[in-house]
Amino acid sequence: MNEDIIITEDLTKKFGSFIACDKISFSVKKGEIFGFLGANGAGKTTAIRMLCGLILPTSGKATIGGFDIYKDTEKIKLNIGYMSQKFSLYEDLTVKENIQFYGGIYRLSPKDIKERSKQLIGELGLESSENSLIKSLPLGWRQKLAFSIAIQHEPKIVFLDEPTSGVDPVTRRQFWDLIYKAAGRGISVFVTTHYMDEAEYCGRVSMMVAGKIEAMGTPKELKSRFNSGSMYEVFLHLARGAK
Amino acid sequence: MRTIFYIVRKEFKQVFRNKSMLPMIFVMPIIQLLILANATTFEIKNINFGVLDLDKSPLSIRLASKFEASPYFIRTDDPHSQKDAEEGILKGLSKMTLIIPKNFEKDLIKENTAEVQFLINAIDGSAAGLIAAYSQNIVRDFNIDEGMNLINVITPVQTSAISVSYLHWYNPELDYITFMVPGILVLLVTFIGMFLSSMSIVKEKEIGTIEQINVTPIKKYEFIIGKLTPFFIIALFELSFGLFIGKLVFDIPFNGSLTLIFLFAAVYLVAVLSIGLVISTFADTQQQAMFISWFVLVIFLLMSGLFTPIQSMPMWAQRITWFNPIAYFIDAMRMVLLKGSGFADISKHFLIMTVYSTVVTAFAVFRYKKVN
Repeated sequence: MNEDIIITEDLTKKFGSFIACDKISFSVKKGEIFGFLGANGAGKTTAIRMLCGLILPTSGKATIGGFDIYKDTEKIKLNIGYMSQKFSLYEDLTVKENIQFYGGIYRLSPKDIKERSKQLIGELGLESSENSLIKSLPLGWRQKLAFSIAIQHEPKIVFLDEPTSGVDPVTRRQFWDLIYKAAGRGISVFVTTHYMDEAEYCGRVSMMVAGKIEAMGTPKELKSRFNSGSMYEVFLHLARGAK
Repeated sequence: MRTIFYIVRKEFKQVFRNKSMLPMIFVMPIIQLLILANATTFEIKNINFGVLDLDKSPLSIRLASKFEASPYFIRTDDPHSQKDAEEGILKGLSKMTLIIPKNFEKDLIKENTAEVQFLINAIDGSAAGLIAAYSQNIVRDFNIDEGMNLINVITPVQTSAISVSYLHWYNPELDYITFMVPGILVLLVTFIGMFLSSMSIVKEKEIGTIEQINVTPIKKYEFIIGKLTPFFIIALFELSFGLFIGKLVFDIPFNGSLTLIFLFAAVYLVAVLSIGLVISTFADTQQQAMFISWFVLVIFLLMSGLFTPIQSMPMWAQRITWFNPIAYFIDAMRMVLLKGSGFADISKHFLIMTVYSTVVTAFAVFRYKKVN
């Protein structure tokens, strides 16, 4: 269980003179839930987009599942899942059609697609709405479905960019159950969030402030280091330090 | 390959699930075809004209009624003086005034020659040319009827350069519907194809699904082919439907091979749809894509030879039409359908279109970027 899925070293992204990510270095282990925390504009999304191969870094090194993010972007893409804060399912397709489409794009065999879509729909309890259009589903269900679709090809790691924003607490809890289940199967989870209570659910978290990783460790370590009762206080402490 | 199948299936579902799409694809073009085919004619009928008969002789009256009897002219208000006549044209009351001078009959009989004058409104130059040509024909007929060959025509419009004659050969009745329908079909297929394709990628940018696609191991060419294929099939279907309606309603001739038409259409559509996809990769919103497509289409359309012959454009404009796919397809359609041309006759068009399609599609694949 000690295999590193992500290793980054001084990963940097500049947009003109603005440094969105400033020499960030970290690693994520197999099956680990790694929380990537920070205020809006701290550079979380930029980091995730670099790791997913959506944008090229300005400098620094990184490998994902052993593949280099400059040279092997397409190999990386077979091994990762991604769910963005923007809505990632096709609203004018049904639940089943979305599952089939993404399964096909990830080159699963028709037999696998059939089996997995059945299993996935069963797990989410969506049997009665498998032929409903996505736009008719409540947001929470869509997010859970989007997550399940993002890992249906059994990637080594799944990147979740603020997956629970706008979702009610009960559904958020259910969502985290899905995350634990995936991590239990050995899928690493890289999740950004600005809900500090969710930070407590992570195995390890990194706190990002103004493009830099200011602190990293288990929630327990961080709380004791900053003498705080909750992750929220840790966050405030670091964010104030930046100003 | 299977990946392409999944994209195509998804695109088809999305197109046909959009309720406004079906009428847009199938009803609108048919309405356009029915309206445009009947409306876009180069023939001018029902020309309002007046006669200023200063002679009032049997011969002058016979000449005037000869005009009246023509299907092209309708006699409206007759002016009372030269000034009146000019004013009538100025005000748009008549397009042409036939002025028969005093002593017309006398001169004709005594001196074997006489003059008449046509005043023609030449705001629309090509219409004026046609009116002058019609008028001269009527005068010529009159000469023959009366056994004379004497009337000289003075007209303020140059009448020599009207090249309608090349039509007579393959379209013996000078039927403009026959001439226009194949061209209009090209337009309809092109418009639908380009609009659909130019919206398709940018639509995914707008709703955000393009990001989800870009993190998948999908290949760039797979994505482009997957996007292109559904519109390709829709446009080909549209063409068949249009040809069917054209045959049924307008009885357009199919002198050449339909297989050849579809073969050419296939190559042509790849070019047009790829242009649309290229536009889609440049645009950030569907609105931008619409405007850019419209810009491109209007230039292509007005320089296609559908309404105005390319040969009569200035040389620099003719050079631009070398890059206009619509011009090649309209020409090929007319050649095959009306003239019965075979593959050898349009092989040059074919070659150019093939190169064109290859280049534009390659550019579309290049322009679609998974990594920013």
